[in-house]
Amino acid sequence: MFFYFLRRFGVLVPTFFGVTIASFAFIRLLPGDPVLLMAGERGLTPERHAELLKQFGFDRPLWQQYLDYFFGIFQGDLGNSLVTKKPVLEEFFTLFPATLELSLCAIVFAMVFGITAGVVAAVKRGSWFDQSIMGTALVGYSMPIFWWGLLLIILFSGILKWTPVSGRISLIYFFPQVTGFMLIDSLLSGQKGAFTSAVSHLILPTIVLGTIPLAVIARQTRSAMLEVLGEDYVRTARAKGLAPSRVVGLHALRNALIPVITTIGLQVGVLLGGAILTETIFSWPGVGKWMVDSIFRRDYPSVQGGLLLIAVIVMIVNLIVDLLYGLVNPKIRHTGG
Amino acid sequence: MTDTVATAPDMDTRKTGRLALLSEFWSYFSENRGAVVGLWFFVFICLIAIFAGVIAPHSPTEQFRDALLVPPVWQEGGSWDYILGTDPVGRDMLSRLIYGSRFSLFIGIIVVSLALAVGIAVGLFAGFMGGRADTIIMRIMDIILSFPSLLLALALVAILGPSLINAMIAIAIVQQPHYVRLTRAAVLTERSKDYVTAAKVAGVRPLRLMFHTILPNCLAPLIVQAALSFSTAILDAAALGFLGMGAQPPTPEWGTMLAEAREFILRAWWVVTLPGIAILMTVLAINLMGDGLRDALDPKLRRT
Repeated sequence: MFFYFLRRFGVLVPTFFGVTIASFAFIRLLPGDPVLLMAGERGLTPERHAELLKQFGFDRPLWQQYLDYFFGIFQGDLGNSLVTKKPVLEEFFTLFPATLELSLCAIVFAMVFGITAGVVAAVKRGSWFDQSIMGTALVGYSMPIFWWGLLLIILFSGILKWTPVSGRISLIYFFPQVTGFMLIDSLLSGQKGAFTSAVSHLILPTIVLGTIPLAVIARQTRSAMLEVLGEDYVRTARAKGLAPSRVVGLHALRNALIPVITTIGLQVGVLLGGAILTETIFSWPGVGKWMVDSIFRRDYPSVQGGLLLIAVIVMIVNLIVDLLYGLVNPKIRHTGG
Repeated sequence: MTDTVATAPDMDTRKTGRLALLSEFWSYFSENRGAVVGLWFFVFICLIAIFAGVIAPHSPTEQFRDALLVPPVWQEGGSWDYILGTDPVGRDMLSRLIYGSRFSLFIGIIVVSLALAVGIAVGLFAGFMGGRADTIIMRIMDIILSFPSLLLALALVAILGPSLINAMIAIAIVQQPHYVRLTRAAVLTERSKDYVTAAKVAGVRPLRLMFHTILPNCLAPLIVQAALSFSTAILDAAALGFLGMGAQPPTPEWGTMLAEAREFILRAWWVVTLPGIAILMTVLAINLMGDGLRDALDPKLRRT
C-alpha cells in the first residue's frame, strides 16, 4: 500500500509543476503587460510604468520571475489581490469553507439519492420504474444547471416563498465563524432559528449543484449493479436462500460500489466547475463566485492564485480517491495502476 | 466489428461488408427507443436551424417598442403576433429561439471538430512515438484535466477576450485531452496486433499506418465521445454566455438570452423558462443519441 501511495504521489509531482507553470503563464498571456493591467484605465506615465515594472520584478528574465513565483508558493505567497490588496491565499481560504460546505452537502445529496435510485433501478430492471428513473437521470445529466437554479428560485422563492433567494444565512443573525461551516457555526451560536435559516439558504444551491452528480451516480450505480447481479457469487448467495435484500444490499452493492467510488471522485472537478454557476446564481459567498468576480474585475493575481489552488485541491482529492480505490480493490494496488 | 473492414480481402466484399455493418449498427441503435426519439428530435432542430430564415416570424434582433414583455399567446395579454411572447426590449422570443438553434449547433460542430482533429492527431502521435514525447504530451493533458473544465474555459476566455469564437476555442482546448487519451489508448492496444505488424512489414509509411491502417479501428470510442462532448460543448457555451463570457448581446444565443433575462425572473417567466427548455431539449436529444451510439458501437457494453 505504501508503495502504491508513493507511485501515485510521484505522478502528481510533474503535474503540480505543470500547474504552477500554467498558472504563471496565465497572467503573462493576457494582452498588455501586467503593470498596465494593474493600472487599469487610469493610465501611467512612462517613468512610473518603468518604475512599477522594476518594483514588481517584471523587468527580469522570465525564468527568474517563475522561480520567484514558484518558491513564493511554498511560503504561501500567491501575491495580493488588486482590488482588496489582501493576500490571495487569505482571500481564498476565507471563502473556501462556504464552497466546501456547499459541495459536501451536494455530494452527500447526490450519493444518497443517486445510489438508492441506481440500486432500485437495477433490481427492477426493465420495469417502468427503472425506465422512468433512468429517463429522469438523463434529463438531470442534460440539465443546464444555471437555468435549473433560476427555475427553482422562481418556484420556491418566488411563488411558494419557502426559501430565500440568496446568501448563506439571514442577515438578522450574527455570530463568530468558528469552523466556517454555517450549519455548524449556527448550531454553536445557540441562537434560535439560526440553524433553520442556514438550512433554508442551503437547500436550493445543494439541489442545483448536486443534480448532475446525482444523475451520473445513479447511471453508474445501475450499470455496476447490473454487472454484479449477473455474477456467479450472487447466484450462489441466492441459491443458498439468503434474503433478496441481503443479497442485493450486502453481496452485490458492496462490489458494485467500487467503480461508483471512482465516479464520485471524478465529480469533484464537476462540483467545483458547477460551484461557479451555482454560487453566481445564489450569490453564495464562495470561491466560485469570487473567481467569476475576479475575472470581471480584472483582478488577475486572484484569478491566477485561485486557478492554482483549485487545481491543487482537485489533484489532492483525486489522489485520495485513488488511494481509497486501492484500499477497497486490492487488484489495483498490486498490478501497475 | 470494424475488424471486418480491415480484414476484408477485396473491394467487393468490402462494400457489402460496409452495408451490412451499417444495417447491423442501425438494428442495435434502433433497439434503443430513446436513441431514435433523440435522433428525430435532433434532425428536427437541425431543420429549424437550416430554415430559420423561413420559419421565424420576425427578425431575431428587431425591437418592437410597443410590445415589451408581451406574454405568450395562451396567457392573458398574449397575441398571435408573438406566439411565445417578447423579451424586455420587445424582441420576438420565438424568432430568437429559432435563430438560437443555429448558434448551438454551430458551437457543437465547431468545438467537436476542433477537439476531435487536434485530439486525434496528438493522440496518434503520442501513442506511436511512445517514450519521452508520449510522457510529456500525457502530462500536459493531465495538467489541463486537473482544472475544472468550466473554470479553465472561463480563464481562457478572460485571456482571449469574451466572444463566441473565443468561447468555442476555449471549450475545444478543454475537451481535447479526452480525445487524446482515448486515441492514445486505442493506438496502444491496436499497435501490437498482427494486422499492424503485417502492414509495417509490407512497408507502409508511418503516416499512412497511423491514419489509414490504425485509426479506422479506433473510431468507435471516439464517435461516442464526440456525441457526449457535442452536448457538453452546448452546455458549456451556454454557461459561458450566461456568465457574460460567451456570445455577446444581442446575439440570440440561448445562454446569453438567459443572462439578459435574469432580472425579469419573477416578473416574466417566459423570458427565463423558454431558452432553458431549448437548451435542455437539445442537449437531452443529443445525449439520448449518444447512449444509443454507445450501445450500438461498444460490443463490450452490448453483451451486458
